[in-house]
Amino acid sequence: MSDPQVTAAVTPAQAAPGAPLLDVDGLTVRLPIDGVHRPVLRDVSFSLRPGEAFGLVGESGSGKSMTARAIDRLLPAGAQVTGSIRFDGGDISSLTGAGLRQYRGQVAMIFQDPRAHTNPVRRIGDFMTEALRTNMGVPAAEARARAVDMLGQVGIEDGTRRLRQYPHQLSGGMLQRVMIAAALLTQPRLLLADEPTTALDVTTQAEVMAILDDLRREFGLTMLFITHDLELAAAICDRTAVMYAGQIVEIRRSSLLHDDPLHPYTAALAAARPDIGQTAHRLRAIPGRPLSAFEAPQDECAFAPRCPHAQDVCLAAVPELVETGGGVSRCARTQELRGMLQVAADA
Amino acid sequence: MPEPPAPEPLIPGSPGPPGPKALVPAAPVPAVPVAEANGAAVLEVAGLRKEFGPLVAVDDVSFAIPEAGSLAIVGESGSGKTTIARMIVGLERPTKGTITACGRDRSRPARSARDRRRRGREVQIVFQDPYTSLDPRNSAEATIDEVLRLHHGWPADRRRTRIAELVDLVGLDARQARALPRALSGGQRQRVAIARALAAEPRVLILDESVAALDVSIQAQVLNLLADIRDETRVSYVLISHDLAVVRQLTDQAIVLHRGTVVERGPTARVLDDPQDPYTQRLRASVPRPGWKPRRRALTGAREEPEAP
Repeated sequence: MSDPQVTAAVTPAQAAPGAPLLDVDGLTVRLPIDGVHRPVLRDVSFSLRPGEAFGLVGESGSGKSMTARAIDRLLPAGAQVTGSIRFDGGDISSLTGAGLRQYRGQVAMIFQDPRAHTNPVRRIGDFMTEALRTNMGVPAAEARARAVDMLGQVGIEDGTRRLRQYPHQLSGGMLQRVMIAAALLTQPRLLLADEPTTALDVTTQAEVMAILDDLRREFGLTMLFITHDLELAAAICDRTAVMYAGQIVEIRRSSLLHDDPLHPYTAALAAARPDIGQTAHRLRAIPGRPLSAFEAPQDECAFAPRCPHAQDVCLAAVPELVETGGGVSRCARTQELRGMLQVAADA
Repeated sequence: MPEPPAPEPLIPGSPGPPGPKALVPAAPVPAVPVAEANGAAVLEVAGLRKEFGPLVAVDDVSFAIPEAGSLAIVGESGSGKTTIARMIVGLERPTKGTITACGRDRSRPARSARDRRRRGREVQIVFQDPYTSLDPRNSAEATIDEVLRLHHGWPADRRRTRIAELVDLVGLDARQARALPRALSGGQRQRVAIARALAAEPRVLILDESVAALDVSIQAQVLNLLADIRDETRVSYVLISHDLAVVRQLTDQAIVLHRGTVVERGPTARVLDDPQDPYTQRLRASVPRPGWKPRRRALTGAREEPEAP
């Protein structure tokens, strides 16, 4: 992000009660692709209330991981950013040095592949206590004690022994629990979880999600949960945003997302997934393939080329995010289609 | 075992190599138990076992699949499902047990190149990762052409006709057929892998997590495609998957594998709607769905997590 002159910390808690912890407004990110800056995120806006679990759902290239990286200030070099990201009322774009470190101490991240994010030749204990020792000046013995305690919280009882082990000695599910414990050790306020269970077996996924859900409530954590799995997001998150081609196309209370979608893409995504309870004669596949933000049409609805409901109005301009039905939808025909999308999915 | 005349897989629309056509292998077929469905089994596995040193990866697994049938092997990592697939296609040698495809034993390594090719015309496999299972230097056309030359030895014009048919069958256009894998998306690459497998005109296609890496909207396209191909060619599927919804959509029989052992078997609908084994029940309960709340379970150990009784 631009202009790294200010080294101040996040503007201290001037946020009123009920104000969002994280507020993303009009975020557009362009990355150099084949020598030209092309958009990967287009006008992304949402805010997280304190303690809320917020889902970000989309297929490959939709921009969900890029959104998390923008929030954690981990965008690739050369990224052009417009719009704002405010954490606890303060703009994070100008943070550097100590201010950035302090901010990152409050925002923890969990990734899809725990094995790729641990050093195979360092012990679990070194990995878990590093942030405490180096950033927060906690003495080694106390850091280890806190780590053992936190391992207990994620259901790993013999923490003292685990701290001496190496990543390869743990299963994938166990290692992801270690990642969660490590993320929570610095007492963050915001947890960015990027597909944290995608690489795990379903039974392990259920356990890891249960742990994440328990601890999030216990510590009053705000969580941004990124996944390709609409059903998982709906089950875990209070609200869910659906992304397509670098844009948010719908934000909705999760419980309504499946039965009363506002945007045709949300409905199509839910309908395309096979049903564990019955065999469909044919699945309602969405024609074509998911487009990246820079491949999608720039001055009309990005989903229009694949949308069964597309009409001339959809090609006239990029639809705005419009509030309706207790959510927001980026569809020119939202009002007309209301209630018809689920019917279409069941037909 | 004396080599019987090769049976010709009946693939409507395929030119079919010259020679006598036979629906059923002419040689005496070893007693094929009528499994869960009607008709003789095109693939039968009996008492299959695989040990890796002290570890028993697969223990006493048996199943049979009729023509145009479909069987799901359901399990999580370490359950032995991929080891079974690798034994069927000859990438691993069983410690014990037999594998019979089209009436011929294939539990032992092929004795000649000819024998190996014949096995390739009986069973083919589509792997999970379309990014590593294609030769980066070969277009879809070249990839399919190689299989046609190897297995059928047809002249160029006949191969060209068949390539066009296969490319069309899997829903690729002419430009995509000429493109190198790096220019194709994951879904398109997986279509190339399916076309390559079908080029050998196999009787059995093993789908080892073949749709797991695909985006939801593309996965639906590929699942519909696989259903169409089965209707058209009467090929049988062995679907290896951890995804119960995909299993429901594509298969009519299922076995559930846990630590190398079959813990439950039956019609897919029954196994998923009314699971009897505790492990199947837990698997079923772990699938996110509307109203689902994940529950914490007593914790188990490390790499080889011992099972709670």
